[in-house]
Amino acid sequence: MSQNLALKAPASLAESASSASVGDAAASAETATATMAARPARPSGAASVARRTWSRAFPIVAALIGIIAIWYAVSYLLLSESRRFLLPPPHQVLAETIGNDKVIGPMIAALGQTITVALIGLAIAVAIGMGWAIVMSQWTLAEKILYPYAVILQTIPILALTPLIGIWMGYGLPARIVVCVIIAVFPMISNTLFGLQSATPAAHDLFTLQKATKWQRMTKLMLPAAIPSIFTGLRQSAGLAVIGAIVGDFFFQQGSQGIGGLLRTYTLRLNMEPLFLAIIFTALFGVIVFSIFAALDRVVVGRLFGVATR
Amino acid sequence: MSTTIESAVAPATAATAVDPTTAPTLAFTDVAKVFATGTRALEGVSIDVRPGEFVSVVGPSGCGKSTLLRLAAGLDDATEGAVDVRADTTSFVFQEATLLEWRTAQRNVELVGELAGVGAAERRRRAAEALELVGLKGFENQHPRALSGGMRMRVSIARALVAEPQLALFDEPFGALDEITRLKMQTELQRLFQLKGFAAMFITHSISEAVYLSSRVLVMSGRPGRIVDDIELPWSYPRSPELRYEPEFGRIVGHLSHALEAHS
Repeated sequence: MSQNLALKAPASLAESASSASVGDAAASAETATATMAARPARPSGAASVARRTWSRAFPIVAALIGIIAIWYAVSYLLLSESRRFLLPPPHQVLAETIGNDKVIGPMIAALGQTITVALIGLAIAVAIGMGWAIVMSQWTLAEKILYPYAVILQTIPILALTPLIGIWMGYGLPARIVVCVIIAVFPMISNTLFGLQSATPAAHDLFTLQKATKWQRMTKLMLPAAIPSIFTGLRQSAGLAVIGAIVGDFFFQQGSQGIGGLLRTYTLRLNMEPLFLAIIFTALFGVIVFSIFAALDRVVVGRLFGVATR
Repeated sequence: MSTTIESAVAPATAATAVDPTTAPTLAFTDVAKVFATGTRALEGVSIDVRPGEFVSVVGPSGCGKSTLLRLAAGLDDATEGAVDVRADTTSFVFQEATLLEWRTAQRNVELVGELAGVGAAERRRRAAEALELVGLKGFENQHPRALSGGMRMRVSIARALVAEPQLALFDEPFGALDEITRLKMQTELQRLFQLKGFAAMFITHSISEAVYLSSRVLVMSGRPGRIVDDIELPWSYPRSPELRYEPEFGRIVGHLSHALEAHS
């Protein structure tokens, strides 16, 4: 390039540097700041990866230690011995449940069923939510007609609807998945729609000028622009899918029990140690699902937008 | 309406190598634009932009400069009059760089070929060439977020030039840049204009930018926008950045400033 332009640059310009080198100098000056800004985003080796993982995990570990400390404090300092059954200390909960096949066996089975419901429910919520949003993004009329239904789904107290779903659909997996989908679908709809509408008018003009088809506009502009929002929706919906699956279990006592069903049984029988283990399992389940989607969000969106850490 | 600057250096007609008999690349004939809200944005606008001409339009904000460009690009239709474009390819450079944040610089430039169905190898080669042309060799794989404002605009210009347009439309492309970057970009754009020989219509609210870059400067009045002055500039290309400090340059900028004030 330099040669090319040096030829074209007239003598009068030579003292003020040829056009080409002006360009290069400009670019490199601008670059210096740009690469400096980009540098912290590039991980360099296993050590820094480990450091970043730890700095991200630290707050969670600290919170867990805090919860256990508070648990012990309440158990031993606040409760007298006769009332300690209300909150048995952590080691007692573990001792009386983990080794006990009559408790741990059914609990793992119940947890497995709830996880199945939550994952299937989430997958359906994601498909429906994204499809719903894509349809709304294509026609203003569709948005006007369809959005109120989304809002109604969101605002109906699910507790009012769940027993009805049980009556209509029975108490098996399908009914539980439906409850899960109703609870989990809204963030997928609203976040995807928001994302699809986030491309700027100028970007749309660019596609119009290039005579892009509707399909090209959707796949090369609107959907990629929506990806960060879709992942936000995915994270929220995943958390809600866990809650939805447990709510379904809790209401539908008939049929095989999920972890929500066990929670209710243990509560009614005042089986405190198994009850606490069930609570721990549901909490862990929620945290793990949330963490997986948060990590996925960071990796995918980070890679796509050229930023390794957000 | 066409003003000739007296005491022009050298014969003014020879300065810009434009043949007035060739068919204009872009022609506005008595164009008016009324928006659905009833706002009259443009009135009685007639402009010819011939091959090899760099025509800038300056005017007060809100005078319809951008509307003019949208009509030329076919993004909007004129209410009255005719807009004729004699170009196979027209490019548009937006106010903001308008890059797709999820694509690297290279893939942003490739987008044009992708939408037009150009083969992968061919569009990759063209995009790399265009990026090298704007001084971004080595930055092909950077995402927009890692680039400075000036570099993002360079990518945007590379994307506009990759299709080898006969007509390039610029909507205040350097308005958001700092002064130093802006001056550098002006030099760059002038070099590219000379190299590629497209006809250009350039919207700006900086008079000195218009005078430095253009072969002709049009002054628009406040709303409804009309062309109230049309000045041919006497210098040939390439122009040294030092031109900005010459008395003749200052005189023309002064003349345009007065014209602008009188009609805003």
